[in-house]
Amino acid sequence: MPEVNNHKLKKIEEYEDLANRCKPKPPVVKNSIWAFVVGGLICTLGQVIQNYFMGIGMSRQDASSATSIVMIFLAALATGVGIYDELGKRAGAGSIVPITGFANAIVASAMEFKREGYIFGVGARIFSVAGPTLVFGFAVALFIGLLKVFISS
Amino acid sequence: MVPWYMAFLIGGTLCLIGQLVMDLTKVQITPGHILVGYITSGAILSGLGVYQPLVEIGGAGATIPLSGFGHLLTQGTLKAVEQKGLLGAFSGGIEAAAAGIAAAVIFGYIAAVIFNPKG
Amino acid sequence: MRDIKKRGKQTVVFERPPVITSYASIVGPKEGQGPFGNYFDQVLPDYMFGERTWEKAESKMLKETVKIALNKAGLTENEIEVMLAGDLLNQTISANYAARDLNLPLLGLYGACSTMAESMLLGAMLVDGGFFNRVIAGTCSHHHTAERQFRFPTEQGIQPTITTQWTATAAGAVLIEASGQGPRITAATVGRVIDMGQKDMSNMGSAMAPAAVDTIKAHMDDLGRSPDYYDLVVTGDLGQIGKAILEELFAVKGIVPKPSYNDCGVLLYEESQDVNAGGSGCGCAACMLCGPFLKKMQEGNMQKLLLIATGALMSPTSIFQGESIPAVAHAVAIEMV
Repeated sequence: MPEVNNHKLKKIEEYEDLANRCKPKPPVVKNSIWAFVVGGLICTLGQVIQNYFMGIGMSRQDASSATSIVMIFLAALATGVGIYDELGKRAGAGSIVPITGFANAIVASAMEFKREGYIFGVGARIFSVAGPTLVFGFAVALFIGLLKVFISS
Repeated sequence: MVPWYMAFLIGGTLCLIGQLVMDLTKVQITPGHILVGYITSGAILSGLGVYQPLVEIGGAGATIPLSGFGHLLTQGTLKAVEQKGLLGAFSGGIEAAAAGIAAAVIFGYIAAVIFNPKG
Repeated sequence: MRDIKKRGKQTVVFERPPVITSYASIVGPKEGQGPFGNYFDQVLPDYMFGERTWEKAESKMLKETVKIALNKAGLTENEIEVMLAGDLLNQTISANYAARDLNLPLLGLYGACSTMAESMLLGAMLVDGGFFNRVIAGTCSHHHTAERQFRFPTEQGIQPTITTQWTATAAGAVLIEASGQGPRITAATVGRVIDMGQKDMSNMGSAMAPAAVDTIKAHMDDLGRSPDYYDLVVTGDLGQIGKAILEELFAVKGIVPKPSYNDCGVLLYEESQDVNAGGSGCGCAACMLCGPFLKKMQEGNMQKLLLIATGALMSPTSIFQGESIPAVAHAVAIEMV
C-alpha cells in the first residue's frame, strides 16, 4: 500500500533529521590543517630524496621512480613498527593521499592476515585495498591509450 | 630542481582536498575510496594534459600523491602507444608503474613476515 | 488452561525469579584505565592474553570469565548444565571455542551487542521454566578482532570519524540459578528488529537508538510500569550520539517521567581516552553489568536496574550491498527482592 510506504518513509526522514541534529560536526579546520601539514611534509621529504637522486646524476624519470621506492620502503617500515596508523588517526587524508598511504594500505593488509597463513592470508589479502586502486588506475590509463590509438589512426 | 616549499604547498593542497572530501560529504568515504578517486582523477587529468604542468610547478608535491601515480600510468600508456600502437595501450601503464607496485608488494610481504600487527 | 508468563506483547514476568548467584568480568587494558577499572575481576595488561592470535585471546577471555564466576560460587564446570553465549565474530567462534574448552553444553547466540541481555533472558527462561537449575550466560568482544572483521586492518592509517565507537575488549558472565542469594531477574522484554534506514557503519548509535526506545516503551507498556520504577535504566552501547538521540526519543515516544538513564558505552571510558563517541561491542554492556552494576546491587546501593543491551545486526556483506542497518534491543529487569 503506497500510503503505508509513504508513512514509513516520512518517519525515516524525520528520524534522519533527529539523528543529524544529534551528530556533532567533524572538526573540519583542525583535520584540514593536519592533512595539509602532514601531506605537505611527506611530499617535501619526497622532493628532498628526488633532488638527491637527481644530484647524483639520475634522469628525472628514474629519480622519480627511485623516490617512490624509497617512500614506499619508509611507509612499510613505519607501518611495521606501528606508527603509521597512529599518524593516520590525526593526519587523515594527509597520510592517505601520498603514495605512502597506498603502501600503508598494502602493508597493513598483508600484516593483518599473517595469522591466516602466508598464501591465503598474506598473499591473498595483500591487495584488499590496493587492488581496487590499481584496477581503476589501469582501466583509465588503458582507456586513454585506446582513445589515442583510435584518434591517431 | 623544484624548491621544497613548492612541493610542500602543492602536496599539502592535494591532501587538503582529500580531507575536505572525507569531512564534508555525507556518505562515508574510506581510504579505499580516496585512493581510487585520486588515481583515477590523476590519470584523467594527465590525459587532458593538465597534470604535467602541476608536476613542473610542484615536483614531488604532485608526483608523491596518488594522483601522480595515475599520471604515471597515463603517460606510460601514451608513450607506449606512440612506439607500439595498440599493444602499447595495454602494456605501457603497468610498465611505467612496475617499480612502485613491485616495491609495495615486496616490502609489504617482507613487513608481514617480520612484524606482527600491534593494533 | 496453562499459566502463561507473557505480559502484553513482548514481555515475560518470571514466576519464581531466577537468581544471579555469581558474576565475573575481564577487561582489556584501556577499559581498566577507565573510570570503573577497579570494579572488574581482572584487567589484562595487553591484548594477547598470552595467546597467538587476538581471536584466541577473545575466546580465552570468555572462558576465564566463566571460570572466575564459577570460582566465586564455589562450583566447578561440570556442575553447570548449559552455557548460553555469543559474540561478534563470524559463526560466534569465541563462544564456540570457549564452550569446547570448558566442556559445556552450548546454546550459541547471535544478537550482536545485545547478546548479554539475550543470553540472560533466555537463561532465566530456562531456569524459571523448570528445564534447568543452573546455567551460565555470557558474552565477550575484543577491539582488534572486531576492527579487522568489520572495519579495516589494524595497522592501516585510518582517521576515525567523530561518530565512531570503540569496540570494548571485555567479557562478562553471570551464573543464573533457580535459588540462592543475589539479585534476581524478574522480567524481560524481547526486542523487535527496528531499521530506521541508517547506513553508516561508523555511526552505530544512530542505528540502534530507535530499537532501544522501542523496547523500553514496550517494556513499560506491557508491565504498566512508569520509568521511575527503576533506579537506573541503562542501555548497552549507544555511545554519546545514540544516548543524545535516545534522550530526545523519550520525549517523542511519551516515556514520562524521563527515566534515570545512562549508557554503558558512555560510562566505560573517560572522555580523554580517545574513543570518539564512546564504547561498543558485546563486552561493553557485559562488563558494566558484571562489574559495577551488580556489585552496586549486592552492596545495597541500587535496588532495581533495567538493562537494555542493543545490537546492530548488519554484516560487512550486507553493508557493501547497500542494505541499511537493522538493530535489536533486549531488556532484562534485575531487582534485589
